[in-house]
Amino acid sequence: MKTVLNLLAALSISSSAQLLNAEDWLQFRGTDHRGIADSAKLPTSISSEKNIAWKKSLPGRGLSSPIIIGNRIFLTAASTTDQSRLHIMCFDSDDGTTLWSREFWATGRTICHEKTCVAAPTPASDGKRIYALYSSNDLICLDLNGNLKWMRALMKDYPNASNSLGLASSPIIVSDTLIVQVENDSESFAAGIDLNKGTNIWKSPRTKKANWTSPIKVGKNVVAIQGSEGVSAIEASSGRILWSYGEGASTIPSSVASKDGSTVFIPSNGITALKPRNDNNTPEILWQEPQLRPGTASPIIVDDKIFIINRAGVLNAAKKDTGERLWRLRLEGPFSGSPVASKGHIYIASERKGLLQSVDLSGKEGKITGTIELGEPILGTPAIANDSLYVRSDHHLWKISNPK
Amino acid sequence: MKRTLAFILLLTTSTILCSSPDSIKTILEVGPEGKGNSKAAEAWSKITENADVNSLIMVFDAMDEASPIASNWLRSAAEVIAKNLEKSGQTAIDPLGEYFMDQSHPPKARRFAFELIKKNEPITAKALIPGLLNDPSPELRRDAISSLIDQASSLKKEGKKSAAILIYRQALNAAVEENQVKPISKSLKELGVEVDLPKHFGFLMRWNVIGPFDNTERKGFETIFPPEEEINFSAKYKGKEKETEWASLASSDSLGKIDLNKPFGMLKETTAYAYTEFESKSSRTAELRLGCKNAWKIWVNGKYIFGRDEYHRGQRIDQYKLNIQLKEGKNTILVKACQNEQTEEWTVQWEFQLRVCDESGVAILASNRKPTPQSEKQSRRPRRSKS
Repeated sequence: MKTVLNLLAALSISSSAQLLNAEDWLQFRGTDHRGIADSAKLPTSISSEKNIAWKKSLPGRGLSSPIIIGNRIFLTAASTTDQSRLHIMCFDSDDGTTLWSREFWATGRTICHEKTCVAAPTPASDGKRIYALYSSNDLICLDLNGNLKWMRALMKDYPNASNSLGLASSPIIVSDTLIVQVENDSESFAAGIDLNKGTNIWKSPRTKKANWTSPIKVGKNVVAIQGSEGVSAIEASSGRILWSYGEGASTIPSSVASKDGSTVFIPSNGITALKPRNDNNTPEILWQEPQLRPGTASPIIVDDKIFIINRAGVLNAAKKDTGERLWRLRLEGPFSGSPVASKGHIYIASERKGLLQSVDLSGKEGKITGTIELGEPILGTPAIANDSLYVRSDHHLWKISNPK
Repeated sequence: MKRTLAFILLLTTSTILCSSPDSIKTILEVGPEGKGNSKAAEAWSKITENADVNSLIMVFDAMDEASPIASNWLRSAAEVIAKNLEKSGQTAIDPLGEYFMDQSHPPKARRFAFELIKKNEPITAKALIPGLLNDPSPELRRDAISSLIDQASSLKKEGKKSAAILIYRQALNAAVEENQVKPISKSLKELGVEVDLPKHFGFLMRWNVIGPFDNTERKGFETIFPPEEEINFSAKYKGKEKETEWASLASSDSLGKIDLNKPFGMLKETTAYAYTEFESKSSRTAELRLGCKNAWKIWVNGKYIFGRDEYHRGQRIDQYKLNIQLKEGKNTILVKACQNEQTEEWTVQWEFQLRVCDESGVAILASNRKPTPQSEKQSRRPRRSKS
């Protein structure tokens, strides 16, 4: 009898769990937060006639990116006049069919600047579960079939951990720990959350200053947390600070690491390239370039170059190893989301018209190869999976891909 | 093998039926910082598996005593059960209707029940909307108010002024949310009817204020200045640069803003206190709803309620909702508001807006409420002085 029950339990687990796939897009700016999907076969010259595979209506706004596991897309949104209704949805990537959706009530304050939204942070996944955070500081864990696993009302636990302009930092998973960064003027903290129970493994105070950046992984068990004071590298499993860079950093665009994690590019004094040391002493500054000053979009590394988009909507290319500036290309902005890239092309959507632009980076200078005007505000970052680009606008989720 | 599986099925079903109350109890016990999450997840699974209509209503009923986070667990269970019932062709309209009609249940849960009814019986739901005009749930009354606004707007366009005014006024009487109250008020004004918005919202318009005290390096937020220890209108205290004393301040702002720049000048790195008394007709629970973009603290009847040291990150009506207990007769309210050192144009404001209302947002008016002060003639803010 016990054996039969165990067998049923095992079958149940194996049906809901899923092996991690290298092509999945599990967090903000992808599984490794670098915004790169080089194995994807995306259209390199996008057009509305050829490349819109489908679009799907959404029940509410959001700035969060979709995340993709296999053929399932997960997305958050917030609805009602005060954005107090929180949504998590799961769509079939083939045709946009809704596979399931769940709603929750916000337990924390939902006030935001009108440009942003309660569904601003991108959810994270370990391939087995979805971890969705909102500006109301509700943190919700569901399995891939929409079954509720745990919930946290972080603003009930820490009543002043809120920002009247809205929070936006996306949680990430490093070393089986969910890293949550909640920074504002009144009660700031970073925490490592147990993936299974939703309890705190560690919680550390952070600088009391509003901050919208997201943590990034910079080592097997190391996460870099950026704030107005600079960047701290923290052991993900314990919260122990390993090293710090204290020359200040932006509170909007987030840092990006090289593929091997050996260099961290921080929006600080323009861009500062840091090389962490093995002994965790103060990291070496490889270069600083004040002219590479990102606006809202985070920088991206493609091959041997770093790209930033400044406040004027100009794409700036520079050498990754030295910071030497190479070329500039005016895009049609403004931009709130960050660029993603595949096979030497950058993709980014403008904020107001929702103009999705593809840029070829392979030549001596950048070249816009195609545009699709989606006609709705887009403030989020695209996601790449299944040879497709997924973009969320204020009212729709779009799939952009090569024609079948 | 078949018999074994049938037995498992029977065992599982009976376990579910017997375990629902226990499972619900487990969910009700979820606590802060993730306490009880693991057990709640198991309970959630049990509740949602093979649940029937009775289980659905049991889950709804449990929301009566649930904390906000437990309510969310239960809401999610109810959502899954309702979807499963729908798939199997079962209807829960009758018991959901009973639940929805009973206004003693939590407003959010009743709204959820209404949405489930609406999904299956949209025509019935539409017919119910006019009767929700004064419902305790702001979300439920919103639909009814919208319907009245549409009707009044049509009458206005047809030139039927008196009828339009009447319908707008009916809508206004029920409206509690700024984004409905303001357009109704605007339309009424266009029809020649002035609306006393401060009274409608229940904003507190008359205060005694004292300051400025020091807030250099934002230290004033935690500093205990004399008004936190005593309210004595005849006392004088050492202020930031000179002696300070209490003075009365009445606001005529349509959204109840108490502008501290007016009595004190456009200062920086300063702290002020505002005090008022609220006569309550009865002992009751209430909400204080505050909008403020400066650091603030609030005390009611000498008891500290909440405070927040955030500056210039935005302000709106009902930004903060604070549960309080009013006693019959006189209640005292003390607000501390701190201005910081920032000099940008958008950091000029040193103000707050505070109202007393019930959980639905309906104003609770003090029995000693005086008429709303009339607006001053083109008063200009004093020039910024150095402090």
